[in-house]
Amino acid sequence: MKNTAFNITSIRNDFPILNLKVNGKQLVYLDNAATTQTPKVVIDSIVSYYSKLNANIHRGAHYLSQKATEAYEDARKKFQKHLNAQSSNEIIFTSGTTHSINLVANGFINLLNSGDEIIVSHLEHHSNIVPWQMLCKKTGAIMRVIPMNEKGELIFSEYEKLLSNKTKVVFVNHVSNALGTINPIKEIISKAHEFGAAVLIDGAQALPHFKIDVIDLDVDFYVGSAHKIYGPTGVGILYGKEKWLNKIPPYQGGGEMIDEVTFEKTTYAKLPNKFEAGTPNIAGVIASAVALDYINKIGLEKIEKREAELLDYATKKLLEIDEIKIYGDSSNKTSVISFNIGSIHPYDIGSIIDNEGIAVRTGHHCAQPIMDYFNISGTIRISMSFYNTIEEIDSLINSIMVAKKMLS
Amino acid sequence: MTIEQIQNEIISEFDMFNDWTEKYEYIIDLGKSLPVIKTQYKTQENIIRGCQSKVWLYAENIDNKLIFTADSDAIITKGIIAILIRAFSNQSAEEIINAKTDFVEKIGLKEHLSQTRANGLSSMIKQIKLYAVAYSTK
Repeated sequence: MKNTAFNITSIRNDFPILNLKVNGKQLVYLDNAATTQTPKVVIDSIVSYYSKLNANIHRGAHYLSQKATEAYEDARKKFQKHLNAQSSNEIIFTSGTTHSINLVANGFINLLNSGDEIIVSHLEHHSNIVPWQMLCKKTGAIMRVIPMNEKGELIFSEYEKLLSNKTKVVFVNHVSNALGTINPIKEIISKAHEFGAAVLIDGAQALPHFKIDVIDLDVDFYVGSAHKIYGPTGVGILYGKEKWLNKIPPYQGGGEMIDEVTFEKTTYAKLPNKFEAGTPNIAGVIASAVALDYINKIGLEKIEKREAELLDYATKKLLEIDEIKIYGDSSNKTSVISFNIGSIHPYDIGSIIDNEGIAVRTGHHCAQPIMDYFNISGTIRISMSFYNTIEEIDSLINSIMVAKKMLS
Repeated sequence: MTIEQIQNEIISEFDMFNDWTEKYEYIIDLGKSLPVIKTQYKTQENIIRGCQSKVWLYAENIDNKLIFTADSDAIITKGIIAILIRAFSNQSAEEIINAKTDFVEKIGLKEHLSQTRANGLSSMIKQIKLYAVAYSTK
């Protein structure tokens, strides 16, 4: 594979942090599933916001407030267009995927009865398990789990068996953060709808890699985070079908989300403000839309192709290492590889390669049920972005070999 | 030797290393020679909280000296706790309670540990001191 298939030099120059030296070594950043790096246009937009636009939105009648409001609402429209949502009322800004999931799970408190069932998958991040467990505790609903197989894929026939008229909500990730498996969410959604259940898809690990069309998916809720799509931290996206967002109550009370307030009673604002109590992360939201423009300018199809090539190369190279075990080898996965080498603890390898400037994630990746399935405490996870290179993967492999020699 | 003398010995040993690789190699070797905890003490309650890898630590009082044994599933962690055991084991509870712990910074260990690992190191030292406090009041 040649880096020239993609103007990689120019792309890498867009990201100031990629030139950083850590521990005296050139940074090799392979932890993109945790946070993607930020291109200069996004950093500039944050500086520009605080230099030229900073004001509170939706309330002041003055010039700056109106300009800031326009920029904030333009950002909402960009996300609407990007996800192909019908209305910008269906796009809610939150503080992150976790916040988005909690908002929806909380919304079902009054919609569930004791004995109702909700379905989760074995491949979830803790943030798509815990809020729903809390919901079960409050409502008496029962959580069922779609099992996985050795390849790290969900077993669809088992999912079909779990569905019944008692099923009220199904929540599954689009892509597993720990293994990279892409789940067949369109089929999952349509099956759930046959039983009248709502579906929430955690798209945190999908949004950076491919195009999402919420109408085509017919999904009820789709959530993600800006810091995983080259935007700033502290911004989350919640898409919800208007009928669902009207049905569930506000999550937090405060300014902005009200229509009228007296000490006796408050009436809530209409969508989307009903779910955006208080002053939002205005600069972050505006910068997130700049990040969206950035990836769309490159093109998600190009990004997908480039990342698939990196995945193939890295998989091939890693498999040449003695005693390596890769977890999750679905033929349908994103550029994430989770692995262990022999009986070496992932932290040991992670610590040594960190001193070589290589940034990877080690541990259970907030997905302990998956680790339990494989009977391991954790893995080393590399997650690649379009800005990574063949040379960086070679550096990773060399560092792993050094670590392996030291630890054997 | 007193705890302070042992700590100074460790500091001068680490001074001899030229780079982090040598330090790590030494720590890994120490990990392999760690006085391993008896299986019956490798229990849930002897796991130190705050460490990302599993660490078991146990203390026995023999002739008014605390004897520490430990284990971990990660070899670098084992090496780190081996250094701590060398510094604090076979000393009286009072001496352990009063001992300084800044030698871990002096050997340049913290700067090569990720934040989570550095927190784990602090948890290990805290646990050693807690054992000493528990035995001194018995």
